[in-house]
Amino acid sequence: MTAHPLLTELTLRARTEAHSHKQSACPCGAATLADRPDATVVRHADTVAKAHAPDTAPAELTPRLATAAHLPGILLPPLGRTPVDLHGRLVTFWPYGEPVDPENPDSAPWEAAATLLARLHRTPAPPGLPPMRGPAKAALAVARLLAATRQRPATHVLRAWRTLPAWARAETPMSDTTTLCHGDLHLGQLVRHPVPDGPWHLIDVDDLGVGEPAWDLARPAAWYACGLLSPDDWSRFLGAYRAAGGPAVPADGDPWPALDVAARALTVQTAARAIVKAAEADRALDDVEQAVVDACDRMGSAPPQLAGGFAK
Amino acid sequence: MQCPKCHAPMHTYNRNGVQIEQCSGCRGIFLDYGELESLTRMESQWGGGPAVPPPPAAPQYPAAPGGPAWGAPQHGGGHYGGHGGHGGHHRNRGFGHMLFSS
Repeated sequence: MTAHPLLTELTLRARTEAHSHKQSACPCGAATLADRPDATVVRHADTVAKAHAPDTAPAELTPRLATAAHLPGILLPPLGRTPVDLHGRLVTFWPYGEPVDPENPDSAPWEAAATLLARLHRTPAPPGLPPMRGPAKAALAVARLLAATRQRPATHVLRAWRTLPAWARAETPMSDTTTLCHGDLHLGQLVRHPVPDGPWHLIDVDDLGVGEPAWDLARPAAWYACGLLSPDDWSRFLGAYRAAGGPAVPADGDPWPALDVAARALTVQTAARAIVKAAEADRALDDVEQAVVDACDRMGSAPPQLAGGFAK
Repeated sequence: MQCPKCHAPMHTYNRNGVQIEQCSGCRGIFLDYGELESLTRMESQWGGGPAVPPPPAAPQYPAAPGGPAWGAPQHGGGHYGGHGGHGGHHRNRGFGHMLFSS
């Protein structure tokens, strides 16, 4: 990874922050955890510094950060309540947490993830919190797909997108304006804190806000629907969410009428990103990416208003 | 083999010397060429004898969790389960990358 000025400066800030609250000798283990256009994240010992996306508004990030500080048993609490400015980017500081091991599917904390989401969804949203950004990010992924290609297989994805209701395409506001949602749940959004075996917490508040809670369940739902997540793991996730009283789906019976639109939208988003990524790398879709695109293709013959039907 | 209707695995049963395949998911039965005739012939031989026992009822798998109409074809039939060998699917494929990104 090339060290651009932001990364260099962020690494220095993480070091300073880490040393400011560490009493004992610092082992000074430092690493770049992520360096993408929308986020640069570095770790120094027990401290993580994150430079948020260039277009992040302080008026939106600050209440999101405050929400995390208020819910320490659900969201990883930040070190400090106010983002700092660094080279025009907003930077926040966090304690380091142990992530899910991508090499070990059996260790994925499906029950913990679902329980955290149910508790989040049941928590009254603090006033002033902006909308959850899930639909906006799906729309962004589709816009990028349109800019990159309109050839097959993008046609399948775009057709599936057009069948979705306006709220799921971020064209109208979500009708739910009170439920607190994470907005971008996936397995990279969970860490154990304190390390190495503290309880699981949700991280990444960039998309946090009020909205349709089914969105937070919809990525696992989409993985399951695309054949990427086993029925067993999906059942564990859904069962734990229901057991914790999560409001996004009915307590029993068929959950799909409640999940269908959001699961379609996230399938479309995932497929759009996969196609753009593969096109940029000038490679074919791999079998996992192809499975997601195939699901978009099948959506064409099963419009959302028939949600809840079972394949015969 | 896989059920042509719901794609769940089919199991072979022997009924009076005739091999039939029954789907573990939808309980549909697949007969090879000539097998229906063999069964009919045997039924007439038995005449008013005891009824031929039906093939076993669907095994009691843990309830399949269902899925959307646009779901992958393997839904609804115990296609997973970690045994491998069914169409190349394995548990949580894509675990290493897709399940960890936005």
